[in-house]
Amino acid sequence: MQWDIVIGLEIHVQLATKTKIFSGSSTAYGAEPNTQANAVDLAMPGTLPVPNEQAFRYAVMFGLAVNAEIERRSVFERKNYFYPDLPKGYQTTQLERPIVGPGYVDIDLASGETKRVRIHHAHLEEDAGKSLHEDFHGMTGIDLNRAGTPLIEVVTEPDMTSAEEAVAFAKKLHGIVTSLGICDGDMSQGSMRFDVNISLKAKGSETLGTRTETKNLNSFRFMEQAIAHEVERQMDILEDGGTIVQETRLYNGDRDESRSMRTKEEANDYRYFPCPDLLPVEIDDSFIEEARNSLPELPDARKARFMDQYGLNDYDAGLLSGDSKLAAFFEEAVSHGKDAKLTSNWIQGEFSARLNAEEKTVADSPISGAQLGDLVVRIADNTISSAGAKKVFEALWSGENDNVDAIIDAKGLKQVSDTGALEAMVDEVLADMPDQVAQYQNEEDPKKRKKMLGGFMGPLMKASKGQGNPKLFNEILVKKLGG
Amino acid sequence: MHNKSVAELSRELERGEISSVELTQQFLDRIKQEDGRFNSFITLTEEQALADAKAADEQRAAGNATPWTGVPFAHKDIFCTNGVRTTCGSKMLENFVPPYDATVTENFRKAGAVCLGKTNMDEFAMGSSTESSYFGATTNPWGLGEGEKRVPGGSSGGSAAAVAARLVPAATATDTGGSIRQPAALCGITGLKPTYGRVSRYGMIAFASSLDQGGTMARTAEDNALMLNVMAGFDPKDSTSIDRAVPDYTATLNEPLKGLKIGLPKEYFSDQLSPTMEEQVRNAVKEYEKLGATVKEVSLPNAKLAIAAYYVIAPAEASANLSRFDGARYGYRCDDPKDLMDMYTRTRAEGFGTEVKRRILVGTYALSAGYFDAYYLKAQKVRRLIQQDFINAFKEVDVLMSPTSPSPAFVQGEKTNDPVTMYLEDIFTIAVNLAGVPAMSVPAGFVNGLPVGLQIIGDYFSEARLLNAAHQFQQVTDWHQREPQ
Repeated sequence: MQWDIVIGLEIHVQLATKTKIFSGSSTAYGAEPNTQANAVDLAMPGTLPVPNEQAFRYAVMFGLAVNAEIERRSVFERKNYFYPDLPKGYQTTQLERPIVGPGYVDIDLASGETKRVRIHHAHLEEDAGKSLHEDFHGMTGIDLNRAGTPLIEVVTEPDMTSAEEAVAFAKKLHGIVTSLGICDGDMSQGSMRFDVNISLKAKGSETLGTRTETKNLNSFRFMEQAIAHEVERQMDILEDGGTIVQETRLYNGDRDESRSMRTKEEANDYRYFPCPDLLPVEIDDSFIEEARNSLPELPDARKARFMDQYGLNDYDAGLLSGDSKLAAFFEEAVSHGKDAKLTSNWIQGEFSARLNAEEKTVADSPISGAQLGDLVVRIADNTISSAGAKKVFEALWSGENDNVDAIIDAKGLKQVSDTGALEAMVDEVLADMPDQVAQYQNEEDPKKRKKMLGGFMGPLMKASKGQGNPKLFNEILVKKLGG
Repeated sequence: MHNKSVAELSRELERGEISSVELTQQFLDRIKQEDGRFNSFITLTEEQALADAKAADEQRAAGNATPWTGVPFAHKDIFCTNGVRTTCGSKMLENFVPPYDATVTENFRKAGAVCLGKTNMDEFAMGSSTESSYFGATTNPWGLGEGEKRVPGGSSGGSAAAVAARLVPAATATDTGGSIRQPAALCGITGLKPTYGRVSRYGMIAFASSLDQGGTMARTAEDNALMLNVMAGFDPKDSTSIDRAVPDYTATLNEPLKGLKIGLPKEYFSDQLSPTMEEQVRNAVKEYEKLGATVKEVSLPNAKLAIAAYYVIAPAEASANLSRFDGARYGYRCDDPKDLMDMYTRTRAEGFGTEVKRRILVGTYALSAGYFDAYYLKAQKVRRLIQQDFINAFKEVDVLMSPTSPSPAFVQGEKTNDPVTMYLEDIFTIAVNLAGVPAMSVPAGFVNGLPVGLQIIGDYFSEARLLNAAHQFQQVTDWHQREPQ
């Protein structure tokens, strides 16, 4: 049987405010447990929440960036449940009246198509603390540093039909919130966490199947794997004639396994009601206009500009514009390197490969955009070959030296481009290889002839001690061999 | 000395006729001597009080005194006091020492007042008799002669009894459904519940957040005004407090009442009110007519729905507000929990009293899926109607007057097993909280030797007018000066 996959996402985005959403405690990551939790965060008796205006500003900026309606009046509610990392016994969140209404995001697919994913709403809420189950000998430790960190929860419509689309959306959203500067985007620290709702339906059917929710995925890779895993799990059940249980599941990325966390029947009755400690949030036009005026360039606009300003094609511009840090790196590089296409190739090639291999982000890159740009200049002006360029890149990455030209000199990577000298070398090598020359000249097929040229390059590079400009060698060879 | 008002004590301190240390010591001695009969205090802070009194005397000597500098008073044990245990009348917080002050506490500290201790109350302010306190019931200083002990009302019964028994000249209190006015009435003292948002709730342990309001208790209206001068005002730590200028509430006490328009809500003079109570209240209204006020009947058509709406909204909010008492971070925790669920269930089963548990259950039920619309949402609609009733009434009149409670102080134990009868104690006071308007209770006579309170209700932020009306009444009556034997 053929199946359609239906995917909707819920994304928790930690807002990069300095202090918590309802208290003055710092939100900085990584402090000693419970050193960033004051009386309000600990839910001491009589303490009250005081809203952080910056969180509203960030939520409004987000809403504007995803083409959404901003609700003029939004309401905080209490979501009641008991858990040790939830000090008040309820989470302050929004339900009936969220701050951001319906909107959308367009994503680019590998096929070259653009797809619109609708956003149902986004609401403001506070994060919970953390339960630490290790290192306490059978007991549980509670760290409330994170409790009260502002989040926006973005809820999409079930508009995605594959892991590829879901990941493309997730990356796009990551690019938007980091470009806005409202989230640091550091997924390893939980700054963005994804819940994936998945269901299958018979191909072409209008009726949605029963969905499951896989919670708390904190990397694009795990998200992709978790979707593949869950789709396969559901498909197996359905094809065996079984039924899907509506439930919340947890995915273990390291083992590629998932397990049920709770079924719908076991779900809490959260007994939401409007929080009487907080007045409804009134957002006026001037607040929205102020937020609108403060919006930085967003990925879509940046992509268009990259195509226009640097002559990049759609694909390259899309890749380089999505992540604000990568985009900034590219622009710094191209301001030095001039050749945008070549810069783009290097960023997508060698540079990205190294980052991935070492599980680094652009922010942790040991080489700067300016250095990469300098390297591109030397490739473009034929000072070095691409093989030489890789050696320079290696030296920059390892920190052996931070100056491109100094590395070229030190390693003797400068190409010989003096045509007179190169011609002399070609004459010498051809004189040493009469059989091959004859073979070449007797060959009719231009493809084969082209391939045979390679046979002369080895000796030529050897003769030039690796410093001959391969492109020039090639031109001279063709001329000398008579086309 | 113990019969003197805050205003009088303040003047004596100012004139140097007595020091705060002497005054404080006298009141402390009196509490230690007398409070065994009333149990109006949960915690006495003798050492701290004497240290504060000494500092207050120095402050006076240095010439920067406020009217409160060196004046003794007490806090209801619902206001958090930095370094002094704050129990809210519950086993749950028996040993809880907050590391912060409530804004109200801080304001009195800044004013130089000397807190002698923390007064008894119904557990988590849930009750109308101060019998549900984990620290034992408080006894009303009135009506002790008959060999029967009577309730002081509640939940602020400790503060009311302490003021009535002359153990302190004034005490803070809170009012969610009548918890200032009803005990003030039953103890023959003067109490004021301000407009919702007038006094910060920060550090005041929450019962029902949209209804809770801190207020004042003293024997005279003037002392209530002096207290409100310290307590009222916007607090950035309480988002529901209101940013509005605070007048000097003592400045308008002597305004003449000529032309004051009094409304008598007919719903509050119904069958539920005994004829003897009604007589006292009507006599009080006649005094106002003598002072130049005019009287007319008005209607609060939805008043009869107030109790029902209140007993959905207040428990609903309480059910969430009290979730934080889970044994995890502070307060009571059961012995040897075997797992998380055991810790939660036993901590809460052992730490909360019957009435608190009843209200958590009622509130949880009212908010549950499938019941929310029928209970919580409906109650909120009723609340808006009640609000509108008051808004309409205040288009016609300046203040409303009614009895504060349906009957005088009842005998301890009489209503403890009948929660609904107990809830009806607040039948005249609850609508005020639902609307958020200010109201007072002023001593207005006696029935069978027990005090009767006159409730005066005003429009939003009309505290100055209420205090003015109460003060003028107290210039021509002496009910508020009567002392229990």
